[in-house]
Amino acid sequence: MEGWLPIVIMIACGVGLGVVGTALSQLVGPRSPTPEKGAPYECGVPPVGDARERQSVKFYLVAMIFLLFDIEVAFLYPWAMALRDLGWVGFFQILVFFGLLLTGYIYVWRKGVLDWGSQEGL
Amino acid sequence: MPTGYSANDLVLLLPEIVLTTGLLVVLVADLFTGRSRQHWLGWLTIGVLVATAVPIVALSGHATTAARGLLAVDGFGAFFKLLFVLAAAITVLISRQYLEVEQARPGEYYFLVLCATLGMMVMAAGIDLITLFIGLETMAVSFYVLTGFLRPNRRSNEAAIKYFVLGAFSLGILLYGMSLVYGLSGTTRLREVAVALATQSDSLALKLAVVLVAAGMAFKIAAVPFHMWAPDVYEGAPTPITAFLSVGSKAASFAMLLRLLLEGLPAMAPEWRGLFYVLAVLSMTVGNIAAITQGNVKRMLAYSSIAHAGYILIGIVTATPRGVTAMLVYLMIYAFMQMGAFGVLALLRRRDVVGDELKDLSGLFFRRPLAAFAMLVFMLSLGGIPPTAGFMGKFWLFSAAIEAGYVWLAVIGVLNSAISLYYYVRVVVFMWMREELESASVHPSPGVAVALTVAVAATIIIGVYPAPLFELAEASAKTLGMAPRVLSLR
Repeated sequence: MEGWLPIVIMIACGVGLGVVGTALSQLVGPRSPTPEKGAPYECGVPPVGDARERQSVKFYLVAMIFLLFDIEVAFLYPWAMALRDLGWVGFFQILVFFGLLLTGYIYVWRKGVLDWGSQEGL
Repeated sequence: MPTGYSANDLVLLLPEIVLTTGLLVVLVADLFTGRSRQHWLGWLTIGVLVATAVPIVALSGHATTAARGLLAVDGFGAFFKLLFVLAAAITVLISRQYLEVEQARPGEYYFLVLCATLGMMVMAAGIDLITLFIGLETMAVSFYVLTGFLRPNRRSNEAAIKYFVLGAFSLGILLYGMSLVYGLSGTTRLREVAVALATQSDSLALKLAVVLVAAGMAFKIAAVPFHMWAPDVYEGAPTPITAFLSVGSKAASFAMLLRLLLEGLPAMAPEWRGLFYVLAVLSMTVGNIAAITQGNVKRMLAYSSIAHAGYILIGIVTATPRGVTAMLVYLMIYAFMQMGAFGVLALLRRRDVVGDELKDLSGLFFRRPLAAFAMLVFMLSLGGIPPTAGFMGKFWLFSAAIEAGYVWLAVIGVLNSAISLYYYVRVVVFMWMREELESASVHPSPGVAVALTVAVAATIIIGVYPAPLFELAEASAKTLGMAPRVLSLR
């Protein structure tokens, strides 16, 4: 179990830092609350309405699609760096990977998810 | 070869490659076909499944590994892959008419059925913890979506949410167990895990790992006490998906469980034997007793499938070649009879009738004698009455238990079979002896007719002449990695 000691110390330090910081500001810090200080911070502009509003589901769809293609690019960088070592096998593997994502893209496109105006396909 | 796959791998992975290509074709074909030609998608899906079955059969004689030792190519995997393809084909055949009545667009449906099949195939072939997990996820995510496929239907949505939440939870437990196995053995390859763990079976952490893995998999096969999701999900899901879920998902999870226990954790056999002994007894008893009180046939079949999971677990408890053979035989037989029973229920779904209440079956014999006869065969087979296949399956399971010295397990199994007859025969009573209800008439489509004919024929033929299936299962069970060595540990 000796190997775990550094991790235990690290966890203790992490928890300790948070607890000590919060406790100190609670105990020592001066407090004079005003309504302005209690309000949610919004770049100096007075907040309008509730933050919990219903959003169009399209936001989530676009966010998910962004994530997918973002990861595709994230995979491309290491592949490009190792291209010479991987050779043709690696090249065709990345083509297969592209093919799979391209099919997904065609699906998303034909289903009208990228079509911001219309409500069809939802 | 450090950088990837050899040309030989392309041949060994042909079933998976064909299926992956095929499911992408189905997805794109759906996008570019008009609403009037949608029924072609079903036949295209059947074509993909047939094209997948050909390389599976061609490769069934191999005993090697592919993809740098992540997947096994052996008879055991081939047996299960054929079972999945068969179950998927029957699902597709009974789906079209059902989807038309529900006015659901079939496009992604067939795609997701194929995705689930792909996941199952990886589960049956994987000999690496991560590969197995990815296979399980592929299957599970497809099923979450398929369960909620009837979007306007509240029960379908409820079932999907319940299945998703509990499924994700159980996957977490399983993954925790797997991570402990990895931590203790230092490798994710099951065959290396077995070697690494052979000397340290006394560690408490290892026992915890076995318990967590067993619990995670017990969720997937719906064994008591991890079965609570099954009745609600089976009831709410579209009927063909319920059939696929209860047969395909269960068989795939059993295949994965056998790989995990017999290839990866044989050193822990005394521990998991005891665990699954308890699970088997509980599943059989609770499943059968709860099924008696159900008025909804889908719920009743859900509890009955919990009980059947209990019977099949007997094979894991014995862990002898004969027990594993009996499991394979039973899962194949179960596929035919369970798919068939749900096929009849899917057929009963009409414009004005949901078709899954017991009373919806009233007088079926007088309207559709052939459908009623098919249901009779499936019910007798599920109950284990000779000369149907269900009898042969149970006979082999129970005799394997007696041979391995688990006489009480066999006795409990036989007693439970006797209990189960009550609710199976009740379905028959409704079909023959109750007054017919006024409703739209039942018209089987060619697909449903083919599926039911195949299921009835298989159930009767295997019951009368079971030798070929037994021999096939025996040969397949032998190829299960280290099975001979494991079994000599006893």
